[in-house]
Amino acid sequence: MAAISLHHYLVLSAIVFSIGVIGVLIRRNLIVNLMSIELMLNAVNLTFIAFSHTLDSMAGQVMVFFVMAVAAAEAVIGLAIIIAVFRHRQSLDPQEMQLLKW
Amino acid sequence: MMVDLAIVAAKAFLVLFMVLNLAGVLGWIERKGSALIQDRIGANRASIFGFAGMGLVNTLIADPIKFLTKEDFVPPQGDRFLHTLAPCMALFPALVTFAVIPFGDVLILGDRVVNLQVANLNIGILYIFAMASLGVYGIVIGAWASNNKFSLLGGVRGSAQMISYEIAMGLSVIGILMVYGTLELQEIARGQGALIGDHLAESLWFLKPLVGWLPAWGVFLQPLAFLLFFVAAVAETKRVPFDLPEGESELVAGYHVEYSGGKFLMFFAGEFAEIVTAAALMTTLFFGGWQIPYLMRDGFYFPWGGTWLLAPLAVTLLQVGAFTLKVLFFCWLQILLRWSVPRFRYDQVMRLGWKMLLPLAFLNVMVTAIVIIALQ
Amino acid sequence: MSNLQIMSLSPLIFYLLAALLVLAALMVVFQRNVVHSAMALVAALFLTAILFFTLHAPMVGVLQVLVYAGAIMVLFLFVIMFLNPSALEERRTVWWGCGAVAAMLLAAALIAVTSAGNALENFMIAGEPFGSPEMLAQSLFTDFVLPFEIASVLLLVAIVGAVVLAKREG
Repeated sequence: MAAISLHHYLVLSAIVFSIGVIGVLIRRNLIVNLMSIELMLNAVNLTFIAFSHTLDSMAGQVMVFFVMAVAAAEAVIGLAIIIAVFRHRQSLDPQEMQLLKW
Repeated sequence: MMVDLAIVAAKAFLVLFMVLNLAGVLGWIERKGSALIQDRIGANRASIFGFAGMGLVNTLIADPIKFLTKEDFVPPQGDRFLHTLAPCMALFPALVTFAVIPFGDVLILGDRVVNLQVANLNIGILYIFAMASLGVYGIVIGAWASNNKFSLLGGVRGSAQMISYEIAMGLSVIGILMVYGTLELQEIARGQGALIGDHLAESLWFLKPLVGWLPAWGVFLQPLAFLLFFVAAVAETKRVPFDLPEGESELVAGYHVEYSGGKFLMFFAGEFAEIVTAAALMTTLFFGGWQIPYLMRDGFYFPWGGTWLLAPLAVTLLQVGAFTLKVLFFCWLQILLRWSVPRFRYDQVMRLGWKMLLPLAFLNVMVTAIVIIALQ
Repeated sequence: MSNLQIMSLSPLIFYLLAALLVLAALMVVFQRNVVHSAMALVAALFLTAILFFTLHAPMVGVLQVLVYAGAIMVLFLFVIMFLNPSALEERRTVWWGCGAVAAMLLAAALIAVTSAGNALENFMIAGEPFGSPEMLAQSLFTDFVLPFEIASVLLLVAIVGAVVLAKREG
């Protein structure tokens, strides 16, 4: 087998990223949508770390650190919004939230 | 290469063996110890050929057989896969944290120097906190998969308590990290071998005869941090006085009410393994780990000038023995605590974690920083 | 820098981790039970952290377990339990099939783009302290101190916002 190179990690990230994209597109559950977004962010983190290792620069790892902080903030706010919306509509299906007026 | 792998495997096996055995023995100490504290006899009915061994046969042989031969059921409408996964997730972090705890200095085999620590990670103590944060999942998933309102209530309380005290635990350790200047546990343990007198700046010469002969253990340099860490670690293990999540008189065994047989044994063993983990952490961070005061790698060097040289193997054995004794002492202390104090109410637990431990931990960090800068 | 592979990472370990990660990601997206999806995401995050360790990023890896898998996902599970979804989502096979095909096209496009260049095919082994807490802290507190402070303000804003949004009215 070939030695593991940067290319392997990039392919893995691409695959996981695409799986996250399907999750956002096809699932009709707000929480699963949010989790698929986290999956995409995770794949991007893997790309950053792989490049940071290849280019021998700490900038990639610092970037991942900030991505994690921002992902935490985003998950918190997203879940709070989901709770607020659920209180009104009693449903987690985005299809039922198409109208601006209740 | 193969020899390295074999040595690491041997260390891992030894540590795992010791921890699991200690978890079992602690069950017996708890039973018999609580009986002694409460002025009763305790379990002594099971016996082999008339030998009851002060309840040893009962706790260590009869009980596991009983647990393992019980029916293994999943509650109806309960999630089968998650119900089986939860005890595994509770036991896994308790055992895995021992990979970075040093149980001795070095073992010299011929020309090979073996560091008595299973894995020498440069992130050291952060690994332990990461595994502790995974411990929440056992509670959350176990509570959810049982499809039982009491269970869910216990699980939510338990996980809220665990994540609150994780923060206090982490912050209380920052003072230690600043004093010893490293994240690695083996380096922290080694750093506690020096005497306080070696660390004191010239401006504090008057303290030298008073405390200069004490070894630079964490508990002398960071007493407040030790208290905070002790309270936070006991709360993390969900032992009395913080055992409201599994309160026997209030929540019908809380989040593990729907567990019986082997799964309950895993939760039980996980809890005792966490006691051992908390005790091992307290010894390593605050009480010198494997250090015996004044014992260097080749013998004793007393501060009044005397020496007593020893063979390296004897030194290693003494240090491993000292570590074991200290861990046993803190395990016994936690068991004693359980049977001496009443249980906290839930709002008292939250208030203690957020309004008392957290500000004190911040204060500790600030004071430590000021003192370190002032003494430079 | 010499053209060395990652020192002790055999291809077997990488392919095993990669296969498990892809499997976990598929379970996140295609499981109908939300709690199972969440546990699969925890597994995916844990496996990614292990991959970070193989890439000489131990500090970021352990932060991933601590923060992402250990705190954010617990928050997800709390909200899932709080909202208590009882109905499983219905299985729309044709729709999911089209989505899978679209994702495969996207993956193929991304892989084609990343395979185009060949200048970065050799991994360069960085020195031993690369990725250690000291080096991350050094970068964070010297070159990137402004984003660090802004990130702490961002987290404060997020906390306040979440409390305000999730409060019961009245």
